[in-house]
Amino acid sequence: MKSLAELQAIRDKMKNSMNVRDDNGNKIRVVVGMATCGIAAGARPVLNGFTEEVAKRNLDNVTVTQTGCIGICQYEPVVEVYTPDGEKTTYVKMTAEKVAKVVTDHLVNGKVVSEYTIGSVAK
Amino acid sequence: MQELSLNILDVAQNSIKAKATLITIKIHKNTMSKTLLISIEDNGCGMSQQQAEQVVDPFYTTRTTRKVGLGVPFFKMSAELTGGTFTIQSELKVGTKISALYYYEHIDMMPVGDMASTMLSLISVNPDIDFIYYFSVDENEFCMNTQEMKTVLEGLPVNSNEVLTFIKNFINENQAEIENSK
Ligand code: FES
Repeated sequence: MKSLAELQAIRDKMKNSMNVRDDNGNKIRVVVGMATCGIAAGARPVLNGFTEEVAKRNLDNVTVTQTGCIGICQYEPVVEVYTPDGEKTTYVKMTAEKVAKVVTDHLVNGKVVSEYTIGSVAK
Repeated sequence: MQELSLNILDVAQNSIKAKATLITIKIHKNTMSKTLLISIEDNGCGMSQQQAEQVVDPFYTTRTTRKVGLGVPFFKMSAELTGGTFTIQSELKVGTKISALYYYEHIDMMPVGDMASTMLSLISVNPDIDFIYYFSVDENEFCMNTQEMKTVLEGLPVNSNEVLTFIKNFINENQAEIENSK
């Protein structure tokens, strides 16, 4: 049986490497829709993908959260990205594969991945 | 839904919406009766009798956004398809408990699926809610409890990458061990 002893070691390692979180309001918020239709369409791997990718790249200014029904079932899984400039981008029909590109292009380099947005898919 | 773990994730969304601070998920397999009992219990705001009936009703919606998802109706259906049963108990200001009993050898039984991913999704974006997950086969049981983990972590975030990786392995390895212990 795997026990919590291992978690103690992880804690000690984290304590030594924790950098102070910047809470300067320059936060990017990633919101994943977790209603029934979202989950059925694949929101779980999308959510876990964002959490993992953001952690891997140490993006301290990004928080990943969830919400319920966004009201556009046919486009699920839906992910909304809120940037500090007040812009909101709605990504639709997301997949775990698309997550990496959104993280690199949008969250890191500030360039919206327009081909995944609702505007281009709805055309 | 292709697996019960997605259904469980969906049902747990209701507990999150109900402002629960503790959500307990149990999966118990009984190899004698060939049954699987799944329950999701929370200490959220609870529901009146009428609200509880609406949650079970797949045709009940509020306007264009669904305040209550289809998680519960699907959950109920998935159990009844195997000849099993479903119960919902709820009390205002106390919480809600939803249970489903499956006959797992039935042809319409869905696989339980990836519970580690479900727990990870729940914990990563709800670090302030505590989650307890039990998995047992007959009398062999294992338990994952974020309250215990938070005590060990001494204030470090339970949803940091290292901890989430640990939780994933913790669930996968222990669950496999229980499943294989005969
Ligand atoms: S029920 Fe599908 S987006 Fe709300």
